[in-house]
Amino acid sequence: MATAKLMDFDKALEMFEPVLGFEVHVELNTRTKMFSDAPNPANDEFHGAEPNTLIAPVDLGLPGSLPVINATAVRSSISLGLALGCSIAESSRFARKNYFYPDLGKNYQISQYDEPIAFEGSVEVELEDGTLVTIPVERAHMEEDAGKLTHMGGATGRIQGSEYSLVDYNRAGVPLVEIVTKPIFGAEHRAPEYAKAYIAAIRDIVRGLGISEARLERGNLRCDANVSLRPRGQEKLGTRTETKNVNSMRSVERAVRYEIQRQAAILADGGTIIQETRHWHEDTGTTSPGRPKSDADDYRYFPEPDLLPVQPSRELVDELRAALPEQPVARRRRLKAEWGFTDLEFQDVRNGGLIDEVEATIAAGAAPASARKWWTGEITRIANAQERDAAGLVAPADVAALQALVDAGTLTDKLARQVLEGVIAGEGSPQEVVDSRGLAVVSDDGALIAAIDDAFAAQPDVLAKIKDGKVQAAGAVIGAVMKAMKGQADAARVRELILERAAG
Amino acid sequence: MKDVLVTTDMPSTSGSRILEGYMSPFDATVVARSRAAGLVPLGKTNMDEFAMGSSTEFSAYGPTRNPWDLERIPGGSGGGSAAAVAAFEAPLALGSDTGGSIRQPAHVTGTVGIKPTYGGVSRYGAIALASSLDQVGPVTRTVLDAGLLHDVIGGHDPKDSTSLAKEWPSFADAARVGASGRVLEGLRVGVIKELPDSGFQDGVATSFRASLALMQAQGAEIVEISAPHFEYGVAAYYLILPAEASSNLAKFDSVRFGLRVTPDGNPTVEDVMSATREVGFGPEVKRRIILGTYALSAGYYDAYYGSAQKVRTLIQRDFDAAFAQVDVIATPSAPTTAFRIGEKIDDPLQMYLNDLTTIPANLAGVPGISIPSGLAAEDGPPVGIQFLAPAHEDARLYRVGAALEAVLVDSWGEPLLARAPQLLGGTR
Repeated sequence: MATAKLMDFDKALEMFEPVLGFEVHVELNTRTKMFSDAPNPANDEFHGAEPNTLIAPVDLGLPGSLPVINATAVRSSISLGLALGCSIAESSRFARKNYFYPDLGKNYQISQYDEPIAFEGSVEVELEDGTLVTIPVERAHMEEDAGKLTHMGGATGRIQGSEYSLVDYNRAGVPLVEIVTKPIFGAEHRAPEYAKAYIAAIRDIVRGLGISEARLERGNLRCDANVSLRPRGQEKLGTRTETKNVNSMRSVERAVRYEIQRQAAILADGGTIIQETRHWHEDTGTTSPGRPKSDADDYRYFPEPDLLPVQPSRELVDELRAALPEQPVARRRRLKAEWGFTDLEFQDVRNGGLIDEVEATIAAGAAPASARKWWTGEITRIANAQERDAAGLVAPADVAALQALVDAGTLTDKLARQVLEGVIAGEGSPQEVVDSRGLAVVSDDGALIAAIDDAFAAQPDVLAKIKDGKVQAAGAVIGAVMKAMKGQADAARVRELILERAAG
Repeated sequence: MKDVLVTTDMPSTSGSRILEGYMSPFDATVVARSRAAGLVPLGKTNMDEFAMGSSTEFSAYGPTRNPWDLERIPGGSGGGSAAAVAAFEAPLALGSDTGGSIRQPAHVTGTVGIKPTYGGVSRYGAIALASSLDQVGPVTRTVLDAGLLHDVIGGHDPKDSTSLAKEWPSFADAARVGASGRVLEGLRVGVIKELPDSGFQDGVATSFRASLALMQAQGAEIVEISAPHFEYGVAAYYLILPAEASSNLAKFDSVRFGLRVTPDGNPTVEDVMSATREVGFGPEVKRRIILGTYALSAGYYDAYYGSAQKVRTLIQRDFDAAFAQVDVIATPSAPTTAFRIGEKIDDPLQMYLNDLTTIPANLAGVPGISIPSGLAAEDGPPVGIQFLAPAHEDARLYRVGAALEAVLVDSWGEPLLARAPQLLGGTR
């Protein structure tokens, strides 16, 4: 793949105004699928099932099968629409989007076209420095997901050059809500930050509603980022690209930045932007062209004759509106006060997308300060090194358990960090890692005293100095003992024992 | 069981090569309900491929013949069900009616066929032709038999979202009331003034008028009504049906089930899909898929599919206006008697016009019944009369149909089917 020419970001912003748009697909975590009674793999309980084990006739498009709308998915969609400040349609309709593709059991996708369930809303989004911006939402509509193709026999795992493809229909029919924004103006230099903050806001909302597992790394939330540039002073919008496959907040931020730089370089050279789908590559941090997309794509939409219009009663909508949870911005304000964090401390947690993790860790028994330190410190460091999101890297309950081991004196901070690495590497719970790696603090005074005596023997002058009252000389012995214990000793206890021995 | 209905213990092909040998993992709801009632499926009956046709000549498995005259077609698409019942091979049969596929075969075989109100009988497990038009119904020798079978298969099915959540009266009871009571007295029977006399074969028109006269003699009032949009029914139908069919039939792509044809060389999945559909679908199916794909295409949607849906609304309004004046509407069930095998196979338009009087019921979702009304004097085969009632008023059709049936059988001295030639192997 040829490397695209990029313009310096600041220079790009000098010449062009970026206009953004996002399409976020949210996988609902209902127990069954959108139109069949097969278990839903986007529900935690069924996640990771063997291929083609979560399927019903409808998901495979078997002859004679008919779709039936999942009422819970409709309720979830209405709740989400309300949380996005949208109007809920008194009558909305499903339509068929017709195209042949082997991951699509019926060779049409049941989606909503001209009559979405929710329309005209907005989302309050909080940037890193606490600035609130409003992102306008055009619509949120219900649809079903397609299956998953795995291309075999090629070098790249892509369809080009592969010998055959395997289809897993477990994902076919997973209930989705697609949230489409209106064009977003005024982001300017903060465009990449807007993207990240918007995804974070959607994630917080759907988590708060409990309607999705909301784990980006599993594809529960998938973002398509639309980016276009227009020369400063020009009214007409530029041609947009749609970058797909952006499945972490970090990536969406990078992808928007990349597209701005790439498009600016093309435009500055007098080139034109092709309206197309582009794929994001996590490894190289670049996008590459997918299929060309134009408004002429003909999906031959028509109203789905197998389903009746969705006509939620006013009572249902009112009931769901009354049951809406605290809005994320208000919730953050409350948590900050409850945890007693400073502005900076809280921003660290929020900007890392770690509020839920910290909250869950505290709920599992850790003190707020400890929970914050683990997540914004060591876990974030490891996540950055691995180029992953800190959220989801380790279970909050494991973090709480790790801190409990520190509090009990079983682990020192340094040992705890090693245990954390083991937990993240999949070696088991903190206790299991302690046991298997033999990492617990040596609390056997006998072993420590033996090591101290060895050290005194090796450095006889030190003992004399300590006896003379030069207590700081103990440092050399502590070092030697810690080395002998391979670090698995509590330095404070070693110091106590040294002073006792010297006095004795 | 018309082969459009999926069954777990017999192949379900919908008359198509693309589904040759296909075994369904589930039974259609009407099949399951029939089994639960103790009815034993004797076999699957032949049909035009994917129910596209009016003659059963478009089956990938060869034509079915009319028991009255083996050189003639048994109607379609459900010719197999009607022929099996007329030939006394089965006492009852199930069919599906998208534009007349139950009623027109009944007309040409001297049997009774009902298309219930849309949503009255579950479509679950009926291989879809046009989802907004398809309806499963009984094919029998008497109106009472049809009512008995309808009682078994009908009613709400949560697996079909378009099935009506409604309590239905017993249709068998309605048929018994019709046969024994004075149902025809004071009955207002509408006759559509726009239906051209010229379009109907003499024997069909004569039998129709004779039936009306018998009803009048029993106290029925014949009322001329206007249904100005019926004449656009066939045109609208042949846009809506192919449009929905083009989408419904997209699933037959060889990836998950059914026929797979793999071209030589290094074919892509699109190549395999294309080759399979080329070999697996017959000419009429291809014709309608192309028509439907075109009708739904961007730039043509409003002119074709959109306009057709408007016509559909206008026809529904015609029915509403008519049923404000009359209790039932009567028409001949089809314009002609059974034509000869091969006679119209190369003339799709003539074939399509065969459904002139049956199509409006599907477009409006109202129920229709065809019962035998006599034999056509000029060429001999049976003809039928159709009654239409407002949506949800299927019971009215059973009352009226059974009443006229009783009068007719009385006038003949025997059921019409008793006049059918004895078939080799058939038993009465």
